[in-house]
Amino acid sequence: MGVSTTSGLMQGKYAWLKLLLITAIVALNGYAIIMMYASGEYAFALLNLVIVASGVYVFTSKRAYAHRYIYPGMAGMVMFIIFPLLYTVGIAFTNYSGTNLLTLERVERMHLARTYTAQGGTFDFAMLESGEGKYVLQLVQDDKVLVSSPLSPISNSELSARKQTLESSEVKLSHVEQKPELEVAQIRAITQNRQFLNSLVLVTPEGDELVMSGLRKFAAQAPLFTKLDKDRVLQDSGVVIPGGSALRNNQTGELMMPNMETGFYQYIDGNAEFVGNRVTPGFTVNIGWKNFERVVKDDGIKKPFVQIFIWTVIFAGCSVAFTLAIGMVLACVIQWEELKGRAIYRVLLILPYAVPAFISILVFKGLFNQNFGEINALLNAWFGIKPDWFTDPTLAKTMILIVNTWLGYPYMMILCMGLLKSIPEDLYEASAMDGAGPIKNFFNITVPLLMKPLTPLLIASFAFNFNNFVLIQLLTSGGPDIIGATTPAGTTDLLVSYTYRIAFEGSGTQDFGLASAIATMIFLVVGAIALFNLRLTNANKSV
Amino acid sequence: MPMVQPKSLKYRKLGTHIAICAFLCLIIFPLLMVIAISFRTGNFSVGDIIPRNPTLDHWRLALGISVENADGSITPPPFPVLTWLWNSIKVAGISAVLIVVLSTTSAYAFARMKFKGKSTILSGMLIFQMFPSVLALVAFYAFFNMIGDFIPWLGLNTHGGLILAYLGGIALHVWTIKGYFETIDPALEESAAIDGATPWQAFRLILLPLSVPILAVVFILAFIGIITEVPMASVLVQDIDKMTLAVGSQQYFYPQNLLWGDFAAAAVLSGFPITIVFLLAQRWLVGGLTAGGVKG
Repeated sequence: MGVSTTSGLMQGKYAWLKLLLITAIVALNGYAIIMMYASGEYAFALLNLVIVASGVYVFTSKRAYAHRYIYPGMAGMVMFIIFPLLYTVGIAFTNYSGTNLLTLERVERMHLARTYTAQGGTFDFAMLESGEGKYVLQLVQDDKVLVSSPLSPISNSELSARKQTLESSEVKLSHVEQKPELEVAQIRAITQNRQFLNSLVLVTPEGDELVMSGLRKFAAQAPLFTKLDKDRVLQDSGVVIPGGSALRNNQTGELMMPNMETGFYQYIDGNAEFVGNRVTPGFTVNIGWKNFERVVKDDGIKKPFVQIFIWTVIFAGCSVAFTLAIGMVLACVIQWEELKGRAIYRVLLILPYAVPAFISILVFKGLFNQNFGEINALLNAWFGIKPDWFTDPTLAKTMILIVNTWLGYPYMMILCMGLLKSIPEDLYEASAMDGAGPIKNFFNITVPLLMKPLTPLLIASFAFNFNNFVLIQLLTSGGPDIIGATTPAGTTDLLVSYTYRIAFEGSGTQDFGLASAIATMIFLVVGAIALFNLRLTNANKSV
Repeated sequence: MPMVQPKSLKYRKLGTHIAICAFLCLIIFPLLMVIAISFRTGNFSVGDIIPRNPTLDHWRLALGISVENADGSITPPPFPVLTWLWNSIKVAGISAVLIVVLSTTSAYAFARMKFKGKSTILSGMLIFQMFPSVLALVAFYAFFNMIGDFIPWLGLNTHGGLILAYLGGIALHVWTIKGYFETIDPALEESAAIDGATPWQAFRLILLPLSVPILAVVFILAFIGIITEVPMASVLVQDIDKMTLAVGSQQYFYPQNLLWGDFAAAAVLSGFPITIVFLLAQRWLVGGLTAGGVKG
């Protein structure tokens, strides 16, 4: 066969290419893994290792031929569903938050990079015009005069474009006997080139490094902290501080150490006890079950959490019940063959489902607006009332249920229409013989027969609404607020939007650890629902 | 239909028509209202269903054209709606194509091949896709922050990263396509195999051409799902110019600056095409929507 011989040849031809490709992938990712590991990102290093290793195995082993087809899809699921899930559970046991964002290594590096103005190192600074848009920097201290060679300043826009690559650039200074006879540039020249000047490090002939410290000042800078490399015995108590972790403040001589309980550097006293204030920025440490304890014990979190949990269940339950009731009735009506114009009704009834949800939710947000909304305008004209849809908790919840029923009933209608076809006609004929009306038929035949195949779908719908983030976020953003909560929390928040707001909306107090702890609890609930549903469907299938 | 028809049938039909029409009025009111508002003068005025002084100003702003006011001042378009629409279409289009590719190859293996752990992976997929990605946003943020250090165009605030983030949501699509593959007679591929075709050739040359309809359904479902996705896009993308429509349109609703009329025009402009696509494709979509659940 022509086909098979060419493919055989191709395989031979491809063999070296494949080998080359795999080697390249392994080399590149090996490098990336080592980099990740070195920077303390163990989770990512492990993920990368697992993905690459399993990929190489699947595409080289003959036995894993079938897995080659599922590998790309599964890799996607591992990376973007399972890994984020596990990572979130991991974060739940740390104090990762807006104030404790970085690793200990990064925080230590930041402290070591901090500087203070060393004594007697301040110079008066001026820019001298040397023509052609160039400037000479002149620094004066008492009768010492230092100048640079003529520089052409880099513009601000170019500077910010180069920021990624540009570290502070060094400029050498030299002694001169007298101030050069050049015109002193106006102050505007300094303010305009402030960014450029800030990026400079001027080096005196003695080797001191000067940086800009004020509009007309440059000052010698010394590092604020030095790391103690060797063990050190405290004189007062004889306590030994292990080397490699403590930092010494060069200005005051005090020692500070990372406090692994709080995730901050703190100054220590003679007994190596932490006494000083927390020194920001904080770093991320493991804090065990503390986040979970806060949910259970801290009243500012527990009360809103319980309240929101109850509302979430009520919301999901009511949403399913209302959409199902309306959808099922409509499906029966639409399937009634005597009715004319069913096709048009059908399309119009599906319309709320066809319009993208984010648009219709925002439309409702505008229509329900207290002052400018059309709904209040109508209610005002007819009944003389203007309900506070967004500030009264009960009304806000009512509004959410109205909107969600509007959004959700077409889905239930579609499901019921599909399932109605499987109910045998003769059941209705028999009941009609007995003189039953359509309402009796609906409750005695249609509902009981639909409920069984619908149950797994209803559970899935419950789970979907349990996590209906978009609706809440776009419509009320959780408001009105719950009083007495220590985190952002609202009376219409669902657990998901509550979690989202703890993580992303607390101004400056973004508490990723707490958010992940609550997320982990929701995972357990969702996982239980999912497992239960799977059992149920399997049971249905085997019957 | 019952053979025995009561005399009251005529009234019942009339009653049903009236009830449905009343219900439809209620349901369609918000949609008609938005269309009306998009033609109304000003951003706050309350008015009738058919505006008294219809104006195209909101539409001009939505299309990115500046509007000259009566007093001579010029209102620039508040937001780049067309850029958002294009971003949405680009991100959703590319992601949907990739999702179709990923889920088709997976579905082929699940439908036709025997391998270890097949049923475990299949049920595992169904369970894991129920976990909302909103809850793992912190992880996603950290993930793309990390990738950005190595591959900048896949990092935070890039469309590449956003597209990548959407590729995890394939579980339901795999189930849908797998269900379709199972309705196609495997004898076709078996005879190809006898003629010397590799499994890959049988898949590409025989099964794929037969499966175009379901692939179209999955493409549209994935496309619509991504266009309407909010949380991931709002966390991963920050620049106004890079936002997708679903994230950007919230900008009209800042409390101190409600641009109701401008929003209405932008909403109709961007919602209309998606709605039409959905309605045209709904007959085929309905099967795809329910397949994952029913066959689970």
